[in-house]
Amino acid sequence: MKNYLVTIGLEVHVQLKTRSKMFCGCPVEFGAQPNTHTCPVCLGMPGALPVMNHQALKMTALTGLMLGCTIPPVCKFDRKHYFYPDMPKNYQISQYDLPLCLGGGVPLHQLAFPKDVQKTVANPDKVIPLTRIHLEEDVAKSTHFDASSGIDFNRAGTPLMEIVSDPEISSPEEAFAYLTSLKQILIYGNVSDADMEKGQMRCDCNISLRPEGQTELGTKIEIKNMNTISGVRRALAYEIERQTACLDRGEKLLQETRRWDDASGQTSLMRVKESEADYRYFPDPDLLPVKTEAIVAEVRPFVPELPATKRARFASQYGVSAYDAGVLANDLPLASYFEKAAANARNPKNVANWILNELLSSLSNTETGIEACPISPEHLDELVNVIDEGKISGKQGKEVFAEMFATGKAPGVIIEEKGLKQESDLGAIEALCDQAIAANPKAVAEYKSGKLASINFLKGQVMKLSQGKANPAVAGEVLAKKLA
Amino acid sequence: MSLISLSISELQAQFRSKAVSPVEALEALEARIQAVDGEIAGYLNRDYAAALKAAQNADVNLPLGGVPIAIKDLINVKGESCTCASKILQGYRAPYDATVITRLKAAGAIPFGRTNMDEFAMGSSTENSAFAITRNPWDTDRIPGGSSGGSAAVVAADEAFASLGSDTGGSIRQPAALCGCVGLKPSYGRVSRFGLVAFASSLDQIGPFSKTVRDSALILNAISGHDPMDSTCLNEPVPDFTAKLGRDLKGVRLGMPKEYFVSGTDPQVDQAVRAAIKQYESLGAEIVEISLPHTQHAVAVYYIIATAEASANLARFDGVRYGHRTAEASNILEHYGRTREEGFGPEVKRRIILGTYVLSSGYYDAYYLRAQKVRTLIRQDFARAFEKVDAIICPTSPEAAFKVGDRSEDPLRMYLADIFTIAVNLAGICGISLPCGFAQVEGKPLPVGLQLIGKPFAEAELLQIAHAYEQSTNWHKARPVIG
Ligand SMILES: [Zn+2]
Repeated sequence: MKNYLVTIGLEVHVQLKTRSKMFCGCPVEFGAQPNTHTCPVCLGMPGALPVMNHQALKMTALTGLMLGCTIPPVCKFDRKHYFYPDMPKNYQISQYDLPLCLGGGVPLHQLAFPKDVQKTVANPDKVIPLTRIHLEEDVAKSTHFDASSGIDFNRAGTPLMEIVSDPEISSPEEAFAYLTSLKQILIYGNVSDADMEKGQMRCDCNISLRPEGQTELGTKIEIKNMNTISGVRRALAYEIERQTACLDRGEKLLQETRRWDDASGQTSLMRVKESEADYRYFPDPDLLPVKTEAIVAEVRPFVPELPATKRARFASQYGVSAYDAGVLANDLPLASYFEKAAANARNPKNVANWILNELLSSLSNTETGIEACPISPEHLDELVNVIDEGKISGKQGKEVFAEMFATGKAPGVIIEEKGLKQESDLGAIEALCDQAIAANPKAVAEYKSGKLASINFLKGQVMKLSQGKANPAVAGEVLAKKLA
Repeated sequence: MSLISLSISELQAQFRSKAVSPVEALEALEARIQAVDGEIAGYLNRDYAAALKAAQNADVNLPLGGVPIAIKDLINVKGESCTCASKILQGYRAPYDATVITRLKAAGAIPFGRTNMDEFAMGSSTENSAFAITRNPWDTDRIPGGSSGGSAAVVAADEAFASLGSDTGGSIRQPAALCGCVGLKPSYGRVSRFGLVAFASSLDQIGPFSKTVRDSALILNAISGHDPMDSTCLNEPVPDFTAKLGRDLKGVRLGMPKEYFVSGTDPQVDQAVRAAIKQYESLGAEIVEISLPHTQHAVAVYYIIATAEASANLARFDGVRYGHRTAEASNILEHYGRTREEGFGPEVKRRIILGTYVLSSGYYDAYYLRAQKVRTLIRQDFARAFEKVDAIICPTSPEAAFKVGDRSEDPLRMYLADIFTIAVNLAGICGISLPCGFAQVEGKPLPVGLQLIGKPFAEAELLQIAHAYEQSTNWHKARPVIG
């Protein structure tokens, strides 16, 4: 059995968050009644003409800047011809030889990889180079019934950004990380929500295998119809296995397009590509070439701090671990929640811990998004402060936290209401300690004979006597002193 | 002179003095159409009731208040048919107004009647209409020119005061010449194409047919100007195109392209045009010989670029959303094939095939890209000529109207009918055809057209030059005898 080298390239289509369609004024809104967001332009009526959506140009240019692309001074739009009922004009306005963005790359990072390989991935910070990013219009949506088909043109003409990677991805896990990282960046730039399940991000994979030692690439096979990022990983893993088995049997692979079926976990043949389709591209005479200089200047101030920079800054500015910084920066709303909570915190690291442990698990238990979090960042910081100051115990803190999560009240109010103020008065604690020592001679004896852990038992007794209000740290100190 | 023979300017004077009402004018027009259109077949359709309602409410003080204007059947008028003289759009009703229609209505005009044309504007004789062959009012055995043959014939036959047509390679100027009326192709980008069913997007331009040069200026005033719905419609200042009418021609230099005065042009046409040039000299213009060396390639370049664009533009006619749909298809490929086979006529199919071929992978560079390069050379020819002259003067068509059926079997010979007009579209400049005499053929007078070609966006100057000649002759007053 031979070893095979895997070459993967991804073509990702991203729906942009523009208000209106690519070439007409119809609103971009999903889930509306079929064919309610249409006009002569996006229906391809006779005589209708496209008009450029500058918002879409700006969002694509911004994406280009975020991904380090080159933006040539002029781009143009071309007609790509093929007949299909979901294509109103039977040509798609796309960009052929002068796309808006060239080059650039998507940086991977450890946390972008699937959880099960994060610890073992050899090259977590690889950058996957891009070929190009261009802008085009989406097609309509076909629905097939028993004896007929319906076409919803609401989606027809909505702006679609196509991001094409170089064939430099070498495993399904890297493809996963590529999509995860790309999605993060798109969300950071607010150009798309990039949800694959909602079709906001769609991915076609090209994969080929070649025996180790061979330089010439193997037969390119395209896979379509993955609806999740993990689906992409599974589809690629399946294809590697399938193609490996074919090649091991000495079969010759055909250049074909395969459809992924998520339920069965298999790909099946859609069509064999006998020759390259001839789309007869030519410059769309209805649209003038676009000068990009002004667009780039306009969007440059909107390039956000990118995930990698944010991760590094969280670690250096707030002293959180690289891993925690990664988790916080992975999700933009979570990152901004953390920043608000940590802004004036005395101990941002503890704030991060509370977010990553208590807060995230409460959110996930109640299926609440961070945007709808009942605890304000300021209140969380306040809670962490009263614990750090010893005003309440950590255990009490969890109780207060639960109440905060349930009611949205400020921690001070809850502490007041529940009478949770921690007892730090030395005299009162000393009295309790004396009581505990008197009542537990066995533990005292053990401690004195060298079993130092017995002090914890005594401390527990003090806490019990105080109904949990005693400051455990103070109680510990007093006990140690008294037993010395 | 009867009411229906009036120019727009004359008609408006009647409206404003209350001698005639817009309703009376429309009634007279309808009576004329009923009397002669059986012979001419200039109209495909008209909605008299709707026009009458508009006439009753007309504001005659608007620039074109109460004036009915006939519309070539490829310009969308909301609620009306817009067949492009093709079976594939039979039954289609326009869901919106083209920008030119919105503007005509705003100027008070009444779009009235849909004029016949070559199917999808492909042709030079109007014989390629799927519905009727329009006849030349001067000799009904002959063609009116094309593709806007209907729009030209109805103006010449006094079945319309004026009309709109479209010009991709001469489709306004050539029928205007053959029918003996004025036809103006504005500069590319002067008039919005939104709502004009596209034949060749980089060449198409809407323009008026009229009985006088002034009327064309009035219509151009109404329809010109930047349109946010058409990215190729430029934001150039729009002057009052009547402002320069009546100025003399002192200091005006007219260029005679030597390539346009060669054998091949009908001698009577050549004679009439040379006489017009003499007339210009007597009006004070200076005549300068110029050269347009690359125009010999114009026809070839045109049939590559226009067909390429048409093959894409006509792809949308597939019977899925509107228009003709085949009754017999068992799958989607068959649906496309049969719908388009049944819906398109032979000339349209020929051009779709040509256009598809020149855009095909492996041929693109040799044909389309090369044609675009030659197009640039042609544009430069004109730019160089306009350094020396204010306008160019030449025949509109190498011959007068030919007989129906005469060329239908010989598409190449038909294509040469536009030899003097095509380069203007390729260069994106403006051109006008106006009557300059008659050729006597088989005992009948057939109109000859004089073409004037102007600098980009210099329609005001072009109209001034045309108007000076028109007012010094009586050609524009001649009317055909019909029946
Ligand atoms: Zn629309």
